[in-house]
Amino acid sequence: MAIGIIVNGVTHEAEVEADMPLLWLLRDSLGIHGPKYGCGAGLCGACTVHLDGEAVRACQVTVAEADGGEVVTIEGLGTPASPHPVQAAWIDHQVAQCGYCQSGQIMQAVWLLANTPDPDDDAIDAAMGGNLCRCGTYTRIRAAIHDAARRLREG
Amino acid sequence: MGRTRTITRRTLLIGSVAVAGGAVFGVWSVRRPHPNPLKPGLGPDEAALTPYVRLDAAGVTLITPRADVGQGAWHVQALLLAEELDVDPGAVRVDPGPPAPAYWNTALAAEGAEFTAPGGGVMQDATEGALGAMMKLMGMQITGGSTTVPDGYVKLRAAGASARETLKRAAAERAGVDVAQVETRAGHVVLPDGARVPYAELAALVAGMEPVQDVPLREPSQWRLIGKPGPRLDMVAKCTGTQGYGIDVDLPGMVHAAVRLNPAQGGGADGFDASVAEAMPGVRAVVPITGGVAAVADNTWRAFRALDAVDVRWGRGPLPERMDDHWAALSAGFDGDNRDSRKRDDGDVEAALAGGEVIEAEYRAPYLAHAPLEPLNAVVRVDDKAAEVWTGTQVPRFVQKNVARIAGLPDKAVTVHALMSGGSFGHRLEDDVVRHATEIALRMPGVPVKLTYPREEDMRRDYPRQIAMARLRGRVAGGHVDTLDLSIAMPSVMASQMGRQGLPVPGPDSQIVAGAWNAPFAIPNHRVTGYRAQGLAPVSSWRSVGASSNGFFWNAAFDDLAEAAGADPLAERLRLAADRRARAVLEAVAEMSDWQGARPGPGRGRGVALVESFGVPCAEVVEVRDTGAGIAIERVWVAAEVGRVIDPVNFENQVQGGVIWGLGHAMNCEITYEDGIAEPDNFHAHDGMRMWQMPVIEVRGLETGDRVNGIGEPPVPPAAPALAGAIFAATGQRLREMPFARFVDFV
Repeated sequence: MAIGIIVNGVTHEAEVEADMPLLWLLRDSLGIHGPKYGCGAGLCGACTVHLDGEAVRACQVTVAEADGGEVVTIEGLGTPASPHPVQAAWIDHQVAQCGYCQSGQIMQAVWLLANTPDPDDDAIDAAMGGNLCRCGTYTRIRAAIHDAARRLREG
Repeated sequence: MGRTRTITRRTLLIGSVAVAGGAVFGVWSVRRPHPNPLKPGLGPDEAALTPYVRLDAAGVTLITPRADVGQGAWHVQALLLAEELDVDPGAVRVDPGPPAPAYWNTALAAEGAEFTAPGGGVMQDATEGALGAMMKLMGMQITGGSTTVPDGYVKLRAAGASARETLKRAAAERAGVDVAQVETRAGHVVLPDGARVPYAELAALVAGMEPVQDVPLREPSQWRLIGKPGPRLDMVAKCTGTQGYGIDVDLPGMVHAAVRLNPAQGGGADGFDASVAEAMPGVRAVVPITGGVAAVADNTWRAFRALDAVDVRWGRGPLPERMDDHWAALSAGFDGDNRDSRKRDDGDVEAALAGGEVIEAEYRAPYLAHAPLEPLNAVVRVDDKAAEVWTGTQVPRFVQKNVARIAGLPDKAVTVHALMSGGSFGHRLEDDVVRHATEIALRMPGVPVKLTYPREEDMRRDYPRQIAMARLRGRVAGGHVDTLDLSIAMPSVMASQMGRQGLPVPGPDSQIVAGAWNAPFAIPNHRVTGYRAQGLAPVSSWRSVGASSNGFFWNAAFDDLAEAAGADPLAERLRLAADRRARAVLEAVAEMSDWQGARPGPGRGRGVALVESFGVPCAEVVEVRDTGAGIAIERVWVAAEVGRVIDPVNFENQVQGGVIWGLGHAMNCEITYEDGIAEPDNFHAHDGMRMWQMPVIEVRGLETGDRVNGIGEPPVPPAAPALAGAIFAATGQRLREMPFARFVDFV
């Protein structure tokens, strides 16, 4: 099918199968590599992006479902020179080890903070529980989320 | 071309030889001058000051043979180099090996390195046979065994110091001033008149100079970087989605491939029907490969989907069919014919056991997957003259050799680009994915083929952590642990792993008893015997290797005896601690946790364990709470003696991650086989720890030892036994088999 999609503010059109996961459109067709392939089954969260403001697993959303939608990936959040406040908190807390899950972790955390500006640990657990980190950076992720919440509240 | 000389008259290669799995540590000394392996790759006006530093007009490049799999290896090495070189570590570019990796390795291998016994080292009994294997491995670039820091701690600083003094000399000679009058600061030589000369400007001059030798290294009190918190070099990229991994390689004309392998490991494909798949959109080819079939398409998903449409007739695999058969094979492994080593035999175990009631118990550890979050992948382009490989690997030299063999090319025609990896935990010590990618690429000469293993293949066809079993016979006397006789049976990780590279590993496999035989305790009668079990699944090094199972066995056995003796598990360990470092880490966790016994309150329990692995004694106290709705792991205190903490932030992160790794797998992970097929194939069945299960983890690094060691692996082994001890204290249920979720619920 012919689909039209806005990714990080740029409109893309493609002719692909309707049931192709958004992840592979992003990665292989559009060359946007921030969203990662980890499990292909919605189990790890490494591919998390925002679709029309909601955090979704890009491996579980088809291009048909994303058609006409607006997607934000980690690349659309901030840049190395000008990181988003959540990214800045991640950098200051030195969260990443291998870093492979962190694009998804950050996208999930940004969504959490957009909906829950001052999350307690239980709210963080509930929102972040689907994002797997094999390196075990959870301690720092939690600290970075609390810190990012402060930064966002204080503008 | 700038004239480059050999670097030194007496180059010391210090540290651990990085064997897959870290079987033997030692100190290697190359006593004769050897040619700088970077020399042939140098262009005009480039100078290679040592094997580690490249200086050119663009600045300073650290050449590292070490893989970065998330442990921060590149960052830590840049830090060590920068400390002496007086550059901002952020300005050091990292290049994982010269363009022709073969040269690096052959330069070392050709040296005929001499082995010197490590003073007080962990593996003092390196046999002649093991040494022979080491000599071969010496030529291999391998990252493993937590060896990057001990290997680079002196070498990289010495390289930086030599480079710095040579730059100073070059600048002083050019300016006609005394070298004693110049200084270095932030990538510049500062002349007496205050003029600042960038290092890059001196590259051409330095190219013609003999490097300054035997520069005294700075005292720790002078350090600006080592031991101080600082930003990790890859942090910004990894938090902004701009870090490229192997799976992100994108080359012009590249095609995407995926594989479906016989789910029964070791079995082949008797044939397949790809007629449906070949007609699917975007599918370029469906081809047979060793042990399975590959689909090539214009994107990864189309390759995945094409595989679903291929009808393959699988052959039978050679593995034992059921888990019962695996455990029976282990049980049968406790047989005199399979005895592999007895590296610990203190006191008189037999006499002690004959003198009173014998306590017996059996302990089990399952197969486990590595499952780094980035699935195995590789890009290979091959034609009749050369091959090029892009992949995250801990064994670039093996990769080069195997690609060359499969493609019928000489080794030197194969270029390996070792890329940043999204985790490994030992997974990237294997290279099947590159071999498969090469087989596919040979069918489309000149076309870059990116092979991505679907997660299911990555997990099902993993070479897992060894399955293992241990048996205790012990005795208590006078309220104390008196006799601990532990027998351990497992398949040989080293033989399995090296066997896939065509390398024999003669002599005993010390990993069969690692973490147990060297337990730093002076129990009056103490014996550890290793048995090499046969007929099990092929296995590979998994974060902390033998100690990952044996640390659990030894500590769980000790806890069984301490309980029988009525002794406090921590006090009894302290009483028997055999050396200063072991005592120090135990005292540290006792103080950090304010240990007042194993039962701090109603429904609460604490456990303790100490394991020495890769030269690092690491003690952990775990506290759990029985919530009524499952066990909650609430607090962990960790102390590790590493001699020197290079980067305290990365250190803490590695330790916390290692604890979570150890706890998570002990809780709920195992690879089981049915009909010879690994059953778990994704994270729903091999999950580890999630955010809501995470304890608060307090970390302390001790720096009193005289050896500097890495921290990637040592925090793993004590986690499981400390958790088991805590669950026992809280619930009265003694767990002797992992994963514990078979017996208790976790929140």
